[in-house]
Amino acid sequence: MDRIASAAGFRSAASRRRGLAKAMGLLAGAAVLCATGVAMAEPTTGRPVFDQVSNMFQPVSVPAAKIRDLALLVLAICGGIFVVVGGLIAYTLIRFRARPGDEHREPPQVYGSSNIEAAWTIVPVIIVVVLFLATARTINELELKEPPESALQVTVVGHRWWWEFQYPEYGIVTANELHVPASTPDAPRPTFLWLESVDVAHSFWVPRLAGKTDVIPNRRNTLWLETAQPGLYLGQCAEYCGTQHAHMLLRVYVHTPEDFARWVEEQKAPEAEVASVAAGRDLFQRTACINCHAASGTVADGTFGPSLSHLMSRETIGAGVAMNTPDNLRAWIRDPQTMKPGVRMPDMKLADHEVDAIVDYLVTLR
Amino acid sequence: MTAIDGSVLPAEAAARTSFWIRAHEWATTVDHKRLGLLYISSGLVFFLIAGLEASAIRAQLAFANNDLIGPNTFNRLMTVHGTTMVFFVGMPIFFGFGNYLIPLMIGARDLAFPRLNAFGYWLFLFGGLLFYFSWIGGDGLYGTGTAPDVGWFAYSPLTSPAFSPGNSTDYWILGIMVAGFGSTATALNFVATILCMRCPGMTLGKMPLFVWMMLVNGFLVLVALTPLTAAQVMLLFDRFLDSHFFDTQAGGSAVLWQHFFWVFGHPEVYILILPAFAVASEVTPVFSRKPIFGYEIMVAATTGIGFISLGVWAHHMFTVGLSGPVNTFFTASTMAIAVPTGIKIFNWLGTMWGGRIRLRMPMLWVCAFLFEFVIAGLTGVMLAVVPFDWQLSDSYFVVAHFHFVLIGGLLYNIFAGIYYWFPKATGKMLSERLGRWHFWVFVAGFNVTFGTMHFQGLLGMPRRIYTYDPGRGWDLLNLITSLGVILQAIGILFFLVNVLWSLRRGEDAGQDPWDAWTLEWSTTSPPPAYNFEKIPVVQSRRPLWDLKHPNDPDWRYE
Repeated sequence: MDRIASAAGFRSAASRRRGLAKAMGLLAGAAVLCATGVAMAEPTTGRPVFDQVSNMFQPVSVPAAKIRDLALLVLAICGGIFVVVGGLIAYTLIRFRARPGDEHREPPQVYGSSNIEAAWTIVPVIIVVVLFLATARTINELELKEPPESALQVTVVGHRWWWEFQYPEYGIVTANELHVPASTPDAPRPTFLWLESVDVAHSFWVPRLAGKTDVIPNRRNTLWLETAQPGLYLGQCAEYCGTQHAHMLLRVYVHTPEDFARWVEEQKAPEAEVASVAAGRDLFQRTACINCHAASGTVADGTFGPSLSHLMSRETIGAGVAMNTPDNLRAWIRDPQTMKPGVRMPDMKLADHEVDAIVDYLVTLR
Repeated sequence: MTAIDGSVLPAEAAARTSFWIRAHEWATTVDHKRLGLLYISSGLVFFLIAGLEASAIRAQLAFANNDLIGPNTFNRLMTVHGTTMVFFVGMPIFFGFGNYLIPLMIGARDLAFPRLNAFGYWLFLFGGLLFYFSWIGGDGLYGTGTAPDVGWFAYSPLTSPAFSPGNSTDYWILGIMVAGFGSTATALNFVATILCMRCPGMTLGKMPLFVWMMLVNGFLVLVALTPLTAAQVMLLFDRFLDSHFFDTQAGGSAVLWQHFFWVFGHPEVYILILPAFAVASEVTPVFSRKPIFGYEIMVAATTGIGFISLGVWAHHMFTVGLSGPVNTFFTASTMAIAVPTGIKIFNWLGTMWGGRIRLRMPMLWVCAFLFEFVIAGLTGVMLAVVPFDWQLSDSYFVVAHFHFVLIGGLLYNIFAGIYYWFPKATGKMLSERLGRWHFWVFVAGFNVTFGTMHFQGLLGMPRRIYTYDPGRGWDLLNLITSLGVILQAIGILFFLVNVLWSLRRGEDAGQDPWDAWTLEWSTTSPPPAYNFEKIPVVQSRRPLWDLKHPNDPDWRYE
C-alpha cells in the first residue's frame, strides 16, 4: 500500500495567484509548523500515528483547489478591508482623543452627511457584488449532481460511528478507509461519492480533497473529487452525531491506477481458508459476532457493523480509534467500551482463549 | 427603614425582618427597573455557570487524547454551554437593559404591561432552572438521561427517541420553550410600550437609537421565536405521540428541522446583536461628545437588518446539499446584510471622527467591540462564500467566528452597558482602575483563545469533538486556545470584584456622571419608582443637550 508523504499540492490551472498563495501559506504554515512541533512527542499507545495535517490551503484535488483559489481572493479582499477599517478606527482613536483641558469644551456638533453616507454605502455594495459573482461562478463550477462516464462511483454510508464504503462496480464493501484511483491526464478518473446515512446526520469532510457535504438519512447527497496526487489524506465526520462523533475518522488513500487495480483485485479475492485457525473461525460463526459483521467465506453477513472481509488490509480499527494490530484487536474484542466509550459493539464476555482464537482467525483475513 | 405599609420600623426590627421584606418585594415586584436588574443579574449568574462549562470543555481539549472528561459529559457540557449562553445569558441580559432603560429613555413611568413583564421574567427564570434541573432530574432509561447532549441546535434525527432515549432532550425542549413564552411576552411589551407610551414631543424620529433598535428587536423576537416553538411542539409530538415530522426512520425529514431551527436561529443572532448595537449607539456619541452621525441612516440600517435577517437562514445549511440556485440566493442575501452592518460601523466611526473621545470604561469596551466586530463581520463574509463555507462550516473556524460575534460583539457591549448605566441603577460609579484590569486582561484572553481558534478550523478540526489524536497540527493551537481561558477567567474575576466593591465603596455617581443627553440622566440615580416626578417634554433627540445648551439647542438643526 503506498503512503506517499504529502508532496506539493495539486497544480490546478489557476495557480496564477501565487504571491497571494504564498502570503496565506506563510500564515497557515506558521500555525502548522508550531503545531506539528508538539506533535512529534511520543504517541499514546495503540493510537494511530498521524503524519499529515489536513490543511485546506494545501489542496490536492480539483474541487479543493478551486475552493482554495476562491478563498484566497476572499481573504485578500477581507484582509484589505480589515486593514483600511481597522486603521481608520485606530487613527480616529488617536487623532480625536480628548486631551487635557477638553473637559468643558464640546467639539463641533455634526449630525451627518448624505454624501459620505452614500459613499460608504456604495463602496461596500460594489465589493459585495464582486464577491457574490466570484462565489456564484465557483458554485456553478463545482456543482455536479450526476457522475461523469469515467468516474469511479462509491456509495458512502454514515453509521454511528463509522463509515461504510460500497463499490457497486466491483462488489466491494469496506469500512473507514476509502481507496480511490488517481486521475491522470491520459486517463481522467474522478471519484463520485453518493452519500447516505442509516441513522443520524453526519458530514463527509477530507479538507485537502473537497469541501464537506452532509450525510443525511432519507436523502442522497453527492460529492466528487479528482486528484493526481497519490497519498493518504485524513478527514473526519464534521456533523455532530452523538457520543463518539470524535472517533469517526476518515482515511482516503489515493493510488496510482495500477495500484488501485491491484487493491481491487485483493479485495475481490476470496479469503484464504487457513486450516490452523478453524477453531477461531468456528467460534466467530457461533457467537453473536455474525449478527452485526460480515466476513466473506463464512455465514457472517451482518450489516450493523463494519464488514470484516480483508480486515487486515486496513490500517486502523474502530473508525480510527487505534492501529490495526493483533494486540489492539484483542483489546478491542475484549472491551470495546474502554477503547471507544459508547461504541455500539458490546463486550461479548469471551474468555481469554476465545478472544485469542478469534483474533488468530481475524488476522488471516488479508 | 420603611415597611411595606409605609410605617417606620424600629431599627432592630428592621434588621431582623428586612431580608424577608426585601426578598418579598423583589419577588412580587412589577417595577420595570427591578425586573430589569433581576434579568441582568440572573443572566450574569447563568453566564458564570456557562463560562465554567466552557472552561471544562477547554481543559479537556488542551491536550491530545486527554481523558479528563469522557465523551458523554463533554457532549452535555457543550450542549448546555451553547444553549445557556444564547437563551439564558444573551437574551435575558438585553431584556434586562431594555426593561430598565426603555421607559426611562422615552419618559414613561413603566412598561405598558407591568404584570406581564414580571410574568415574562419568571417564565425565563423557571425555564432556565428547568433546563438546569436536567443535570440532576433528567435521569432516563439506563441512566442515559441527565443533561441534554444533542447540541444547542439539536439536529434531528439525533433528537428522536431512538437516538436520544430518556428525557434529557425533553428538558432541552421544555426549558427553552418556557423561556421562549417569557421572551415573547417581553417583546410584545417592548413594542407596545415604545409605540404607545412615549412622552410628549418624542416622535418616532426623536427616539434614542437604543429604543429604535429595541423596537426592531421586539418585532424580530415576535416573528422568529414562534417557528422554534412550533418546531419544538412538533418534536414533542414525535417523541411522545408517535408523529413522524422529523423521524427519518418513518419517512420524516431531517432537513425540515434544520429549516425550522435556522428560520429562528439566524434572526436570533440579530436578536442578540441588535441590543449590542443599541448600547454602542448610546455610548459612542456621549463619549465622543457629538450627536450620532447619520441618525436616519442608522434607523434605516437597523430596520434593513431586521428584514434581511429573516431571509438568510439557509447559510447555516450550505453543506446540506441544497441546489446551486438556492445556495446562490442565500449567498446574495447573506452578503447583502453585510452592507447595513458596515454602514453602522462607519456611522459610529463618523460619530467619533472630529469628536473629543473620552476613553472611559464604557467607551473603551465599545472601541474594542468595533475592532472585534470588524473581524467577526469579515469572517462572516468568508462563511457566506458557499464553496469556502464547504470547508469552514462546522469547523473551529465557525466556532471562532461566532464567538467573535457573541463575545466581541455582544458581551463587550454588555460590559459597556454595565459600566455606562451601573451609576444610574445603583448611584455608585464602578471603579475605573479595576475596570481597566478587567478590560485588558479579558480582551487579551479573548483574542488568544478565539483568534487562535480560526487556525484549527483551517487545519480541518471539526467542532464538537471531545478529543483528537496528536500530530494533526492541532496540539499547540489547542493548548494556546485553552490557556487564553485562564486570562478570560481572571478578567471576569476583576469584573465581579469591581461590581461588589463599587456597590459598597464606589464613588457617588450623582444624577448625570457622564454629562449625557438622554432622558434617563435627568432623574435621580437610582431613579424613584415612578421614574419622573413630571413627565418630561422633549423637542429633540438629545433633550438634555437642549437643557444644557439653551442657546444652541438641537431642535434647530434636526
